[in-house]
Amino acid sequence: MMQDYEVVVGIEVHVELATESKVFCGCRTAFGAEPNTQTCPVCLGMPGALPVLNRRALEYAIRTALALNCSIADRTKFDRKNYFYPDLPKGYQISQYDLPIGSNGYIYVDVEGEAKRIRIKRVHLEEETAKLMHAGDDIISATHSLLDFNRAGIPLVEIVSEADMRSADEARAYLSKLRSILLAMGVSDCKMEEGSMRCEANISVMPRGSKEFGTLVELKNIASFRAVHRAIQYEAARQIEVVSSGGAVARETRHWDDARGETAFMRGKEEAHDYRYFPDPDLGPIVIEKPWVDRIGDEMPELPDAKGERYMREWDLPKYDASQIADSRDLSEFFEKTCAIVGDGREVAKWILGEVLASLNATGIELSESKLTPELLAELIELVQTGKISGKIAKSVFEEVFNEGKRPGDIVRNRGLLQISDVGELVSIVEKVIDANPGPVADYHAGKTRALGFLVGQVMKETRGRANPQETNRILKEELDRRA
Amino acid sequence: MGVSKEETARIAELARLSLDEAELARAQGDLSEIVSYVNKIADLNTDGVAPTVQPCTVSNAWREDVALPSLSREEALANAPDRQGEFLRVPSIIQGEGDGE
Ligand SMILES: [Zn+2]
Repeated sequence: MMQDYEVVVGIEVHVELATESKVFCGCRTAFGAEPNTQTCPVCLGMPGALPVLNRRALEYAIRTALALNCSIADRTKFDRKNYFYPDLPKGYQISQYDLPIGSNGYIYVDVEGEAKRIRIKRVHLEEETAKLMHAGDDIISATHSLLDFNRAGIPLVEIVSEADMRSADEARAYLSKLRSILLAMGVSDCKMEEGSMRCEANISVMPRGSKEFGTLVELKNIASFRAVHRAIQYEAARQIEVVSSGGAVARETRHWDDARGETAFMRGKEEAHDYRYFPDPDLGPIVIEKPWVDRIGDEMPELPDAKGERYMREWDLPKYDASQIADSRDLSEFFEKTCAIVGDGREVAKWILGEVLASLNATGIELSESKLTPELLAELIELVQTGKISGKIAKSVFEEVFNEGKRPGDIVRNRGLLQISDVGELVSIVEKVIDANPGPVADYHAGKTRALGFLVGQVMKETRGRANPQETNRILKEELDRRA
Repeated sequence: MGVSKEETARIAELARLSLDEAELARAQGDLSEIVSYVNKIADLNTDGVAPTVQPCTVSNAWREDVALPSLSREEALANAPDRQGEFLRVPSIIQGEGDGE
């Protein structure tokens, strides 16, 4: 049944911009400050207080729009979006209505190995609302709500996609690409768990191959990448169930309940807001001069896609590996620093995407929180490159480097792991192994070349993995051939 | 140009005003008068005039991103009708929950 229908998803993302001060006043934006200590008459909505635009917030919004390939408005303005809610001290939110800073952009998202273009409808700048907490077990039983106005007035960029995604997977890929772009641009820390990146999804379903979208349902309260995926899958299945049993999907807003793993009715079309937007008379018009936009574009940090292509060019990395590293700011910084020391991008990439990622996943920490540094990884790689240890030994040393930040050279010395490459020493070990294993030796002489592997293994066992593998192979063959 | 009774009721609802029949009728009359007065501006010929949302001719009045001192919590909450510890407290509102857009 699922395969008879197509899911159509559009996504609206809000990100808090990483400025020092709020968008229309000088209050700090620091996360985690004591409640209600970062406020002033402007962000508390006191009568007579007047907003003044933070230039950097506008610049970050322009940078964001450029990174998403949007056209930049040459004239823009701020509008009031009117609604009553306690998180909005003025009774309206300063936002942008008909003249968003950026429009008609796009990004490319990896969908099953293909680059799919997802269009961006608009990018605009607005102010964040206050943080509202419900006192009590849940929103229904709570008798009161508590307000922290520290968040009110933090610059917020809203990014609206077209309904170009066709599955929960695509929606998640879009979000993660968007996040990697915003992180690379340095405009936001994009922490979903701290609320500095939030997302809402518009979902509808239609018979496969249809040109006409079904009735759209808005989904709110999606607080993680995992939740995005689950919420869309749940909601799509719910709508398909309704439609295929002859019913009609209602135009409504639903709330994602992460604990229950389901969406619940929040409000219908009749209760939809009437925001009565109008230009904010407290804020003058904004003229965005072309030279300024050009300069912002020129000074823009490298985008993940461009970075990935550079890695493919400079280090001959496979596309998938290159973009996996380039899409993460942490990984790409680490990669470039390590390459600068050790000069072998392929090897560095292999380590980062192998042992490093595995250890990060296993410990659940960020790379910046680990004890591993580019210098330590470079030293480990150099030990292998210069033949001092084997790749296998290097892997066994890695864990200690990662967990304790010890220098690989020291670990190798202290644990006596230096590779044995001395021919004389290897020959005597090989002779010992041959003498002790007449059976496999006879097999080898009878043409069963697989026996060689067994004998190499015996040499490794004898040396606790320290024998130089290439040398061991060569000497073993020579010795065996001599005795044939 | 008049304002209908339905429009008046809708405007009252959006402003969270509960008006009785008499008040509604009076508001409808007042609103109609105000709207027709302001509507005179529509008689002007604005051919060739760029849309103007503001009489203010100053553009790009902005400030640099510099943090300034904020109010103390006590000052910030001094006029709050109700508070609980560090927070301002309001009656719980279910409708429109999770909005904050
Ligand atoms: Zn303020």
